[in-house]
Amino acid sequence: MAQAAAADHHATNTGISNFKLGFWTFLASECLFFGTLISTYMVYKGTALVGPYPAEIFSVITTTVSTTVLLFSSLAMVLALDAVQKANKKAALWWLFAVIAMGGIFLGMEFQSYLKYIDYGLTLTSSTFGSSYYVLTGTHKVHVLFGMIWMGILGWRIYTNRIGPPQAEQVEVAGLYWHFVDIIWIVIFTLVYLIP
Amino acid sequence: MSSVATQQADTHSGAHEEETGLWSWITTVDHKRIAIMYFVTATIFFFVGGVEAMIMRFQLMNPEQSLISAELYNQLFTMHGTTMIFLVAMPMAVAFFNYVVPLQIGARDVAFPRLNALSYWIFLFGGLYLNASWLFAAAPNASWVGYATLTSSQFSPGVNVDFWFISLSILGIASIAGGVNFITTIVNMRAPGMKLMRMPLFTWMTFVTSFLLITAIPVIAVALIFLGFDRLFGTVFFDPGMGGDPVLWQHLFWIFGHPEVYILILPAFGVISDVIPTFSKKPLFGYPIVVYAGILIGFIGWGVWSHHMFTVGLGPIADSFFVAATMIIAIPTGVKIFNWIATMWGGSIRFTTAMLFSIGLLAVFTVGGLSGIMHASAPVNLQQHDTYFVVAHFHYVIVGGAMMGLWAGLYYWFPKASGRFLNETLGKWHFWTTMIGFNLTFFPMHFSGMFGMPRRIYTYSADLNVAIYNQLATIGAVIFAISAVIMVWNLVQSWRKGEKAPADPWGAPHLEWSIPSPPHHYNFPELPTVRSREPLWNDGEREEILAVTMGEATEEPHMPNPSYWPILLAASITLAWALVMTGVWWVIALGIIPVFFCTLMWGLEPAFPEDH
Repeated sequence: MAQAAAADHHATNTGISNFKLGFWTFLASECLFFGTLISTYMVYKGTALVGPYPAEIFSVITTTVSTTVLLFSSLAMVLALDAVQKANKKAALWWLFAVIAMGGIFLGMEFQSYLKYIDYGLTLTSSTFGSSYYVLTGTHKVHVLFGMIWMGILGWRIYTNRIGPPQAEQVEVAGLYWHFVDIIWIVIFTLVYLIP
Repeated sequence: MSSVATQQADTHSGAHEEETGLWSWITTVDHKRIAIMYFVTATIFFFVGGVEAMIMRFQLMNPEQSLISAELYNQLFTMHGTTMIFLVAMPMAVAFFNYVVPLQIGARDVAFPRLNALSYWIFLFGGLYLNASWLFAAAPNASWVGYATLTSSQFSPGVNVDFWFISLSILGIASIAGGVNFITTIVNMRAPGMKLMRMPLFTWMTFVTSFLLITAIPVIAVALIFLGFDRLFGTVFFDPGMGGDPVLWQHLFWIFGHPEVYILILPAFGVISDVIPTFSKKPLFGYPIVVYAGILIGFIGWGVWSHHMFTVGLGPIADSFFVAATMIIAIPTGVKIFNWIATMWGGSIRFTTAMLFSIGLLAVFTVGGLSGIMHASAPVNLQQHDTYFVVAHFHYVIVGGAMMGLWAGLYYWFPKASGRFLNETLGKWHFWTTMIGFNLTFFPMHFSGMFGMPRRIYTYSADLNVAIYNQLATIGAVIFAISAVIMVWNLVQSWRKGEKAPADPWGAPHLEWSIPSPPHHYNFPELPTVRSREPLWNDGEREEILAVTMGEATEEPHMPNPSYWPILLAASITLAWALVMTGVWWVIALGIIPVFFCTLMWGLEPAFPEDH
């Protein structure tokens, strides 16, 4: 907690820095945001008047692979934070690179799937399934992309020695974001892909 | 630090003098200045929304008039509702959050001063963007609830609805940022000894409202995204021909919309929970109960949204649930009313303008609460839905509740912000013209509504026999408009040459009255230690606190740097959203670049002096 206080220059009532507490609060807001998107998808399940329908196009295998990659990126994130806290610059950079790379693989695989679905005739405008599916997963992808950019900036600041152990909280909060985006994907994966 | 040292030599107090001038206001991160900007901007929008209302009142004064066209009328009532809720009632409450909360909890600023400035600038630009639609004669015209499928590009082909959904999306960002900021501030930045259950009620209600903000706004944000995609990119969320469900919009809108009602009213409840004890010279009766009732209202407020949708035909089970939930929420609200009355009971009451507005709220809001109980019943609701009865109801709770409470707060805290009293004689004129004008405007609407006059229609038939109620309402509206002019006259006059106010002009119990009026930019030279709920009413504790708070800082306290990134980021966010209107994906993508750049520069800029 000494770190948090140092980063913020203020002793807080909870001992948690404002930055971290505020970010948790923001994530609470994000839960409602994704909750609404996911609910809409679920409400519209089975209402598409024209195909293709989910069962015809989803490949659980492919999505399981991309999901696994994304999940492992969370492990890399934890290790990156650990390395920053232990002032191990080289390891921190490698693990952050791994986070970005795995995020990139996930996005690549997902866009590959998008292209495949569009080939099958599922577009943003083709049905309620298409609209709710693309807007939900698209919003998630924008979140992943934003996270990757954030990690890139953190990496640059670690490389130029602006982030060391005293500023590790910056990496920790970015990690909160990254794990949150991962957890949302687990919910999406379960509800959208696994439930027939 | 050397620059600080040089400046210290110039002033005997040891702290920086606060800078003045336009640039210092544009770059300010001081919660007190941001509060004043919020208040002034919201008051200007209050007049914009008021003029819109007056035009409608003159159009409706007599049956079958055609002072204005039906199309213009549609734009007027849509803009009146949207303006009064998003650009007046909410930001005016936020003005008070900003000014009062850090002072009440004994903090030097909010948790995220720059984010606070960002919220203000986004609110300003979002409001200007919404009103820019008038310049194109394309103001939003599908009502403030924007029901599908009326808002689809098939039935609303112009840019009117685009202005609406884009500006609301922009304003939502300000609200979420504000909610995050005040939750963090209240949880983390209380002075020593300021336990949660010692916080003044206004801070408590700000806390509850902030939770409602961060949870309700994302829901409408998603609904607006769906609407935008439907209009600009051809998705089928609300297109019944493609399997979409227009009722989904209603659900999402009201899941936001009903907590929104409590976002509007809870700050006012907080204000009068501070004002009534002060002017009754008694601690708030049943403090914990008032706190818990406020929290309970916040929770139950999430489970009543479908009472706006009884006419949709959701079936008896859903309707029964929402009838019951709606009636239950009247209980904590009623509890609060009794607590306020019990606080006044046996107290030595001073009828200042702030107190008059608080008592006025009790009376008028209760009328609105009672009509609310009436149409909480689904069968009765079927009769009253979309009539002027509902218009009467929600003006009684929003104007008679939220706005009256905020005006009470204005008279109560103005001396703190300006160092001068608002003129009490003009204040009483303001109060009584408000009471008479307001009731004369809206009470007759109960009758015209019961007799079947529908809302949102630009005229009505003489056969309906409601002309007399409409004439009374129009006369009332003129008186109400005069009250608003009196208020502004009072504000301007008193700000410049009102009677000087001491640090604690009312003999009030809370921390904000322990520091000079107006406060130093750092609020507290040293943080006081609090030992009770009414620290300034306890002998011993009062002296201890004043010894700490009335001095001047011996060196510049740790205050955040001014920054121009909030206004630039707000401008770039507004620009990016405005570009959404083109519907061309690469133009929209280009709009993100300045947002990204400003966010990056914001992140790299040190928020506090020692951070570099």
